[in-house]
Amino acid sequence: MSAAGFGFVYGLSARTAGFSPIEASAMSVLVFGGAAQFAAVGYVAGGFSWAGIVLLTAFLNARHLLYSAALAPWFADRPRVERAAMAHFLTDEAFALSITHLRRLGRRDRWGYWFAAIAATFIPWNLATLAGVLAGGAVPDPSRLGLDVVFPAAMAGLAVALVTGRRELVAAIVGAVVGVGVSLAWDPAIGIIAGGLGGPLVAMAMPGALMGIHPDAPDRLLDEPADRPR
Amino acid sequence: MTDLVPLALLMALATYPSRAIPLLVSRFGRLPAPALAYLRLVGPAVLAALAAVNTVVAVTVTDDSRRIPALHVGVEWLAVLACIAIVGWRKNLLLGILVAVALVAGARFAGIA
Repeated sequence: MSAAGFGFVYGLSARTAGFSPIEASAMSVLVFGGAAQFAAVGYVAGGFSWAGIVLLTAFLNARHLLYSAALAPWFADRPRVERAAMAHFLTDEAFALSITHLRRLGRRDRWGYWFAAIAATFIPWNLATLAGVLAGGAVPDPSRLGLDVVFPAAMAGLAVALVTGRRELVAAIVGAVVGVGVSLAWDPAIGIIAGGLGGPLVAMAMPGALMGIHPDAPDRLLDEPADRPR
Repeated sequence: MTDLVPLALLMALATYPSRAIPLLVSRFGRLPAPALAYLRLVGPAVLAALAAVNTVVAVTVTDDSRRIPALHVGVEWLAVLACIAIVGWRKNLLLGILVAVALVAGARFAGIA
């Protein structure tokens, strides 16, 4: 839902900025990163340099480093070629869906990742991009449809699904607050990374008693894939 | 037209390392327990930051390419909060997103947003 809605809005935006269907689709297939693609649409329309756009893309997508690191222990035993392929399809949605699934299972499930990345994200994103860029002319004022709220609503909902305890709740709240604060003071791309790094730090620094964890109980946060090879 | 396809390729090359390096470096698959605990909290923190920043912060780009972030107050706040409430209450993300979109579209249609 999120990928389809957001992809459709991206297709509309790309058409408005003068992208051809091939160019809009090339972005969605090759870059496959919503925020960076939206920024690129604005920058191309503004006539900015390619070097600046590429640099901004690297900053905007740097948060994937955190996703990749969080998923790495789950797929450490997979062949390098498969992990290299997995990396291209790692997006906000693919990460949220797959990490929720993996934690629920408590064991590895590479097909769960591939389903989240390809069936639930890559295919809808690309079909919706094409639909948006081809059908854009028939939608006089896309912003009135409220589709721009699909992405933040989906991210918020996916975050809620990952909040399974007080520590995750603290990480989410602090991540949001730090993210907004740094974004307003500096830049959203930096803010998102700062929130993603700072939220977990604060959550881990909270005393166990405050987090509802008995001093003698093993901290559930220290879990890991049950079938992790030793 | 295919003029922007090379730009897409360059953007992909700029994105891939951050997606691939931890997955490909075997050390990340054998992290100590505190690092794993930290990484477990990254998901909710990043996603919450993404949601909050995309709801609350608006960026305008000036003629000289400067990005100026500013606080944005609008019906989108209410829509995202409604989505959070529905997902927390009914565990239904699709319903939450649909309600958020309907709220924003309704407010804009009514001319109050």
